[in-house]
Amino acid sequence: MLKKTLLSLILAAGVAVAGNAAAVTKVAFVYVGPIGDHGYSYQHDQGRLAVEKEFGDKVKTSYVESVPEGADAERVIRQLAASGNDIIFTTSFGFMNPTLKVAKSFPKVKFEHATGYKRAKNVSTYSARFYEGRTVLGTIAGKMTKSNVVGYIASFPIPEVIRGIDAFTLALRKVNPQAIVKVVWVNSWFDPGKEGDAAKTLIDQGADIITQHTDSPAPLQVAESRGVYGFGQASDMKSYAPKAQLTAIVDDWNYYYIERVKAVMDGTWKSTDSWYGLKQGMVEMAPYGDAVPADVRKLADEVKQSIIDGKLHPFQGPIKDQKGKLVVKAGEVVSDKELLGLNWYVEGVEGSIPK
Amino acid sequence: MWPRLVKRQIPSRLMVYLSPVFALLLSLLAGVVLFIIMRVSPLAALHAFFIEPLSSIYGLAELGVKATPLILIGVALSLGFKAGVWNIGAEGQLTIGGLCGGMVALYFYDQEGFYIIPLMLLAGVLGGIVWAAIVAFLRVRFNANEILTSLMLSYVAGLLLNVLMHGPLRDPDGFNFPESRQFSDSALLPTLFDGTRLHIGFLIALLVVALGWIILSKTLMGYQIKVAGSAPAAAEHAGFSTSKIVWTTLLLGGGIAGLAGTIEVAGPIGQLLPNISPGYGFTAIIVAYVGRLHPLGALFAGLLLALTYLGGETAQIQLNLPVAVTGVFQGLLLFFLLASDVLIHYRIRFGKPELAVEKS
Repeated sequence: MLKKTLLSLILAAGVAVAGNAAAVTKVAFVYVGPIGDHGYSYQHDQGRLAVEKEFGDKVKTSYVESVPEGADAERVIRQLAASGNDIIFTTSFGFMNPTLKVAKSFPKVKFEHATGYKRAKNVSTYSARFYEGRTVLGTIAGKMTKSNVVGYIASFPIPEVIRGIDAFTLALRKVNPQAIVKVVWVNSWFDPGKEGDAAKTLIDQGADIITQHTDSPAPLQVAESRGVYGFGQASDMKSYAPKAQLTAIVDDWNYYYIERVKAVMDGTWKSTDSWYGLKQGMVEMAPYGDAVPADVRKLADEVKQSIIDGKLHPFQGPIKDQKGKLVVKAGEVVSDKELLGLNWYVEGVEGSIPK
Repeated sequence: MWPRLVKRQIPSRLMVYLSPVFALLLSLLAGVVLFIIMRVSPLAALHAFFIEPLSSIYGLAELGVKATPLILIGVALSLGFKAGVWNIGAEGQLTIGGLCGGMVALYFYDQEGFYIIPLMLLAGVLGGIVWAAIVAFLRVRFNANEILTSLMLSYVAGLLLNVLMHGPLRDPDGFNFPESRQFSDSALLPTLFDGTRLHIGFLIALLVVALGWIILSKTLMGYQIKVAGSAPAAAEHAGFSTSKIVWTTLLLGGGIAGLAGTIEVAGPIGQLLPNISPGYGFTAIIVAYVGRLHPLGALFAGLLLALTYLGGETAQIQLNLPVAVTGVFQGLLLFFLLASDVLIHYRIRFGKPELAVEKS
């Protein structure tokens, strides 16, 4: 009896796999957080929905949310690979080594790992140049701060976050050399309580603009209630702070996901390293808030456009470090390789990087 | 007429052991209702949750991998809880243990040697013991509440690991990301079966279950632990030293939790990360209670809890059920268990309280 059941199960599974291979491309996503209704994992899931919308019956998508970056990730990725997915997007840095381990045992499955640096024949990496968006935010903040103190709520001292702080500060001081940036580390990507407290502390220390590299809308809500300004993170957070949000950096993975799934369907998928920004639309700016005056909008638009046109690089010399030493000469830019491992503050950031 | 709880004279021994089974059945039943509300076939959902993960060798091996830290810490906590020593900070002891074991692995990076893994495990045990010793010292010396100190030390442990991961333990070729190097093969626990991740840590967990059982049932210390927990006054009268029991249970618990930490980093993870454990130290509290504070019970409860995690993943993949369902399931299990426990010790009565009291 048991044998018979097992046999029919295996047969059914075989038929299912064969049926899928013929017509349907199976696409899977691994998220580090819950999808929720805003933020980092939510934006990746928007990308998944965009893939479904684009290809309709030709794809079947699935996802696993809130996967811890540790021993569990490998099992989840392996299970997705074993259950016949053709391409698997692992959307957080901590999934890097598990993704590569699983990719080794499933050479025919394509893997796409976000924000990492290790690749293989069947593992691509992709990331967004969020720091380009920070340049736009810094420009707006420099024009709008009256106290010349801007508060920055940061998550973990990894290159991605430091890159954002530096790009923001460079743009800020370009339009307002008096302004400084105070950083508070909350050691979390998502902790509304801590983020809100950090915002209050920064405002008490004189910051009249808050920006954040954490996922919750709490800092913006604090800004709203204290009558200062802020910027949304990952998603447009205007609904949480209609007056306070000046704009937001919006992650848009839709186009990339559609492109990569299409490549799998066409059989043209190759292992690549994509680092897209404002130009390709992977980083977008939310509509300006009412508080942003016309001249600031114009300037911000110009900055955005010159990044898109390649006329402006967010890390364009001259750049001085915190001690005032010239580290990047005029006319030079910081290379992508250096940006990937960035671990020093530019002039105008207060405090030191936690080590 | 509001129902009231009246204490039973003699709680049924049979029911004490049956209540986890009832709790499981009731959670399943509640799960069925939940799935119907969510418009998912209850049969498919239960299959995804409880059958699918067990239907392959690989799945069974993964169950062992996931259950290993839960079983280990479940046993560790059972001993303490049984004595009325509330070590809530196993998560911290696990973290320090993993950190110590991992540092040994990094010290011997790129070297061969049969002694590397034993040294790592030893370092892990010692790390966990040191972390728990702080709690024991504060409790015995200053009568500081161990629930608070052990819990708060968990956060300290997490932050300590974080600081080290962002600094000295970073992979030198890792673009400043907070990850250590991947351990050399000589520092990775051998696996039991090819093609699976089941490592010898699972055997160690089984050994610890057996040892825990022997300690509780065959040794004087075990007897003292049981008496201290169930009748503190009697224990004192018999001349059992409370501080000795506090020290023993905490150091034993800390050592086992530290061992679990090293087994995690040397087993399925294979490197040091800022987060070694997704809360195993806390989930193991549920494991200890579902397992009736018995080492053998912790074994089954650890496997059951591990299964709910695995099943949660399968349910997400196959049925697009949100991950919150896994949490709801675990919560239901604990809720029904505690509810049945209340009913073991009390009965529900309707009617006027005074009358009932007079009659009884």
